[in-house]
Amino acid sequence: MPISQSDIEKVAQLAHLELGKEELKTFGAQIVEIVAYIEQLNEVDTANIEPAIGGLTPEGERTDTSRPDEAVGSLGQKTALAEAPDPAEGHFRVPKVL
Amino acid sequence: MSRQTVQFSITAAERLNETLNAFLQIDREGALRRAEEIEKSGNAGPLAGIPIAIKDNICVKGMQASCGSKILGDYHPPYNATVIERLTKAGAVVIGKTNCDEFAMGSSNENSAFGPVRNPWDTTRVSGGSSGGSATAVAAGIVPIALGSDTGGSVRQPASLCGVVGLKPTYGRNSRYGLVAFASSLDQVGVFAREVEDVARVLGVIAGRDPQDATTADVPVPDYTASLTGDMRGARIGFPRALFGKGLDDEVKRSVESVVDVYRDLGAEIVDVELPNAGYAIAVYYIIATAEASSNLARFDGVRYGFRAEDAPELRQMYRKTREEGFGPEVKRRIMLGTYVLSAGYYDAYYRKAQQVRTLIKNDFLKAFERCDAIITPTSPTPAFAIGEKTDDPLAMYLNDIYTVTANLAGVPGISVPCGLSSERLPIGFQLLGPYWSEDQLLKFAHAYEQKQPFTERPPISAS
Repeated sequence: MPISQSDIEKVAQLAHLELGKEELKTFGAQIVEIVAYIEQLNEVDTANIEPAIGGLTPEGERTDTSRPDEAVGSLGQKTALAEAPDPAEGHFRVPKVL
Repeated sequence: MSRQTVQFSITAAERLNETLNAFLQIDREGALRRAEEIEKSGNAGPLAGIPIAIKDNICVKGMQASCGSKILGDYHPPYNATVIERLTKAGAVVIGKTNCDEFAMGSSNENSAFGPVRNPWDTTRVSGGSSGGSATAVAAGIVPIALGSDTGGSVRQPASLCGVVGLKPTYGRNSRYGLVAFASSLDQVGVFAREVEDVARVLGVIAGRDPQDATTADVPVPDYTASLTGDMRGARIGFPRALFGKGLDDEVKRSVESVVDVYRDLGAEIVDVELPNAGYAIAVYYIIATAEASSNLARFDGVRYGFRAEDAPELRQMYRKTREEGFGPEVKRRIMLGTYVLSAGYYDAYYRKAQQVRTLIKNDFLKAFERCDAIITPTSPTPAFAIGEKTDDPLAMYLNDIYTVTANLAGVPGISVPCGLSSERLPIGFQLLGPYWSEDQLLKFAHAYEQKQPFTERPPISAS
């Protein structure tokens, strides 16, 4: 599938990356090359092959992951906010949304 | 005693860091305090007083976790990863956080926002990656043990390039709780040490089910050190001849083939095996790993932790500027690629297709392991390459992982063991891959080789 410069710009937008002109150009060319490489998978016959679900082992899939429905401790507001770049009045403050 | 050992490690780390750049943080005061506490408490855990270095994408309470990225800069996680809880309980003393490729994305450590790690065997060469700082810290004798993470070879490949032992366990053997996620279906915490026995000891401490990580499996953890008997009789080592061809350095090829001879001499049976879809592994990997990364790294948005760009008065603009300024080129490239392969209209052609070929790769292993107990390959196609040599060609860089990514895709364990030096005095490593949960057997085979052919060479840049 050919990839155009506007495809690259759209992907950057979807990924929330404000790429500069130079970056768009470099990444564009590199992604075209990498996608050409990964398209070698088209030569593999995968009819009736189930997609792998994440390298999980049979034992992993059998493991019971539920736990008793009991409240456990959490970080708490103060700790959770301690690393925030702009906390305010017990909340995460962000620039205006609209 | 433990205070002296820890003191030695910290001093060596500080002294050699200007040359090697292996550490992003060295916690002199904290580590000495903990060493003293362990001495006083009489902690008789299996790792009591042992200094240990931790890759900077694993959370250690009170220390930084930058993941080699500007976007997390000065982030200090408020909790310990499960593997750290277990190591600490066993008496280990974390002395510092090691340099790595940004968010563990890379095979040379050149993608760290804080500069590349230098290989102690030749400081103009890469350490390998992404856990290059941990591999280097062990190779240079700064610490006996270090932890890394392995998503496509990030423990085994730097172990090979630096001349130490590196293990990636079965997917689900170790908890990922507190490991900053890159590609969740591939990531696994791994162990570095100079000797196999130390890897066995550490794995025994950190392995096992963790309710905080739903992907850890409820499988008994054996006494790994008990399996180190040196006995190879009756063992079947699979030799995938087809993987010893194109692209493999001649010296590496000869060196790993001589390991096969050693195993034969030790009484193992060498059987031919095939992994017919292994050639597709890099393509599959760079679809699945980037797709998962694009999703996992969406959380870095300048709101809850880490860096936030200035002069962005509107929310979306703040996200975009923060991510543009906070992430380095390789991370952006992978987020872009992952977003592309997951985007509307392309999902079936790329992501679903890759997951199907992943099934075929997994089936190749299941079939091969009907005929053998472990498969031998080189760990890396070449010894350590020069810093800067491959930075302009991402695809060439990705091909370094050709022998290691299959294990992550299939979820099987793998270990890299040093097996000699090249004519330029650079370490060469071989890799053993085993069936699910066969770490005891891999360690046994690795140890048997090590007993027969001990790797006693030491790098020119060294703590002692």
